[in-house]
Amino acid sequence: MSIQVSPMPIPNPDEVSLKSALTDRDPYLTELLNQCQGLSIQLLLEPESISWIQELRDRAAAWVRQCILPTTKDEEWRFTDMSFLKQLTFRALPQRLELAASAVAPLTLSEAAHSRLVFVDGVYAPTLSSVASLPDELVISNLAGLPLAYRSRVRDYLATAQGAAEVFTALNTSGLIDVAVVWVPKHLIVETPIHLLFISTASGTPTISQPRCLVVAESGSSVTLIEDYLNQANIESPEEGEAEVGEAVYFTNAVTEICLEAGAQVNHTRIERESPAAFHIGKSAITQARNSRYTCNAITLGAKLSRHNLEVFQHGEQTETTLNGLVTINSQQTTDTHSVIALNYPHGTSTQLHKCIIADQAHAVFNGKILVPQSAQLTNAGQLNRNLLLSPRARVDTKPQLEITADNVKCTHGATISQLDKEEVFYLQSRGLDATAAHNLLINAFATEIINKLPVASLRQTLIAAVSHQHL
Amino acid sequence: MIVEKAQVVLSVRELTAEVEGTPILKGVNLEVKAGEIHAIMGPNGSGKSTFSKVLAGHPAYEVTGGEVRFLGQNLLELEPEERARAGLFLAFQYPMEIPGVSNLDFLRVAYNSRRKQQGLEEMDSFDFDELVREKLEVVRMNPAFLSRSVNEGFSGGEKKRNEILQMALLAPKLGILDETDSGLDIDALKIVAQGVNQLASPENAMILITHYQRLLNYIVPDFVHVMADGRIIDSGSKELALELESHGYDWVLEQAATEVGTR
Repeated sequence: MSIQVSPMPIPNPDEVSLKSALTDRDPYLTELLNQCQGLSIQLLLEPESISWIQELRDRAAAWVRQCILPTTKDEEWRFTDMSFLKQLTFRALPQRLELAASAVAPLTLSEAAHSRLVFVDGVYAPTLSSVASLPDELVISNLAGLPLAYRSRVRDYLATAQGAAEVFTALNTSGLIDVAVVWVPKHLIVETPIHLLFISTASGTPTISQPRCLVVAESGSSVTLIEDYLNQANIESPEEGEAEVGEAVYFTNAVTEICLEAGAQVNHTRIERESPAAFHIGKSAITQARNSRYTCNAITLGAKLSRHNLEVFQHGEQTETTLNGLVTINSQQTTDTHSVIALNYPHGTSTQLHKCIIADQAHAVFNGKILVPQSAQLTNAGQLNRNLLLSPRARVDTKPQLEITADNVKCTHGATISQLDKEEVFYLQSRGLDATAAHNLLINAFATEIINKLPVASLRQTLIAAVSHQHL
Repeated sequence: MIVEKAQVVLSVRELTAEVEGTPILKGVNLEVKAGEIHAIMGPNGSGKSTFSKVLAGHPAYEVTGGEVRFLGQNLLELEPEERARAGLFLAFQYPMEIPGVSNLDFLRVAYNSRRKQQGLEEMDSFDFDELVREKLEVVRMNPAFLSRSVNEGFSGGEKKRNEILQMALLAPKLGILDETDSGLDIDALKIVAQGVNQLASPENAMILITHYQRLLNYIVPDFVHVMADGRIIDSGSKELALELESHGYDWVLEQAATEVGTR
């Protein structure tokens, strides 16, 4: 059985140099790498920290030089054509645009008014961030703001998750300039949700930014995170500025590593609402120690082309994993969700519900891999993918992929593809709703099942409105 | 009740309709005035349910001829929602389950669309909540059903009560109850029938579509019509229903065949 999670860490540069004949195989990727590497670490850090980060970057860069960008010939990218990307030249911005607090205000969450880190084009924006309402014991900052002791501890976690050698993840590491760090000490229960807001300022020339997050939830701790990706143009004029937003061409290549130690709980919401011409590739790499509980609510609304690699690796017994996904796309958007749940120990539970609403000529891809090796006896894994196609040219490719070798387990999976039910529409019309209102109500009902799982009320309202607006 | 000089609510003349090219209605004539309760009975496949769906504007049925006037308007020109807002209500034989839409929200949206039509302001959630709780009494429905998704996981009887609750809220000029008695036990049937009786007034009219006479023990019709092969072939008082019950539909069908033959 082949397990395609690329479990190897990033190889050592010395080994790499032996194969120098094989480097720079993909000129486009090399150019992208040069752009990202061109950005140096601007943080006020002690030389030791600078040095290990640089070493990490170099090692990743050497690895990227041996890689090529995936094509539809790769099994993992069969349905998602990245060749559009190659038609554009992305530049890494040496300096971020200053954003006024008032410009960012519409994006902030009232429930997380003082529990927010903001990064603009991947660079920490201290004036837009506020963590005043969070407990003092919680460590939350960019790299430079971390207490000294934590800077060295970060080293033990950063870029250590399985799958670090995947080309986009390694590209992110090779150009790492800062990290949003949330470190929850033992037994600390953080009630207030934490908003990690990543804003792109791209407008004219295509740019690339590479946000990076590291979350460590120590044993018995609990935290709620909202990771949010968008373009500043969405803020200024979400309604009338649509044509302008459409022109913002940029590439966000984000990586988030979340490490749950024994008995920790993380409720993770991830929202991708980039502008309509953007490219977004995101990695969520989760490691779960025994008795930990991880929930992901992944909402994908934006970007011309987006991909979410959601990978959960179990590192102990009795873990619980809940993955909720909602993709809602129109026009010519393509969205690909590749999830992996690797259950390696007994008594693990995983529940996955991934829903897609696909309009116009949009295209959704879902590949849900669940690995249950011999060591994972008494696992209980359930997966369901439900798709709502709103037009004859909308398309979905769905592939549940359960690889089970353990013999005493319960694993279920299913996929459904449907259209709006004409009888339901008529029923609503017969009660006085016009056809548009009836469609809207049914589409919202489909989305609400996932949106209602989000931990923050204001965000639920914003997203329901966004879904309605998208499918008007 | 039959009211002197009452307003004509519904007037159907030589209505014909088909589904996917198969003629179902072959010339229906019916006049319903305010205050009246009409029962349309007939064997399976006679076109009763089709007739109710055509009146409500179901898109699967194509009207091929005839005329329907509702409160003086040409009903066939209106979209289903316009018919609803104008005061026509169809209680479904099989009400749809709509997961994810709360029953209360659904009722409020439906209620407000009718109010908007009447030129009234939309009612806010607070006032609506009060109104709906009052109307729950009509069908003795548990308020817990309001917070559940529309009809999702409701029993047959609960779904039918929910239909009558909607009718109570929308206060239509014409209520069409399509086989509302099907699948109901006797207690549920009584509750539904009492609900309908409370709602019937000199201002509105009802059409009960039913296969069995049973429902008519609880809701007494002013007129009974017998439908067969897409036409109303006999009309009479409530005694006609009893006759049908004791003789079955065979004689009706024979009569229908003869009539067609003599034409």
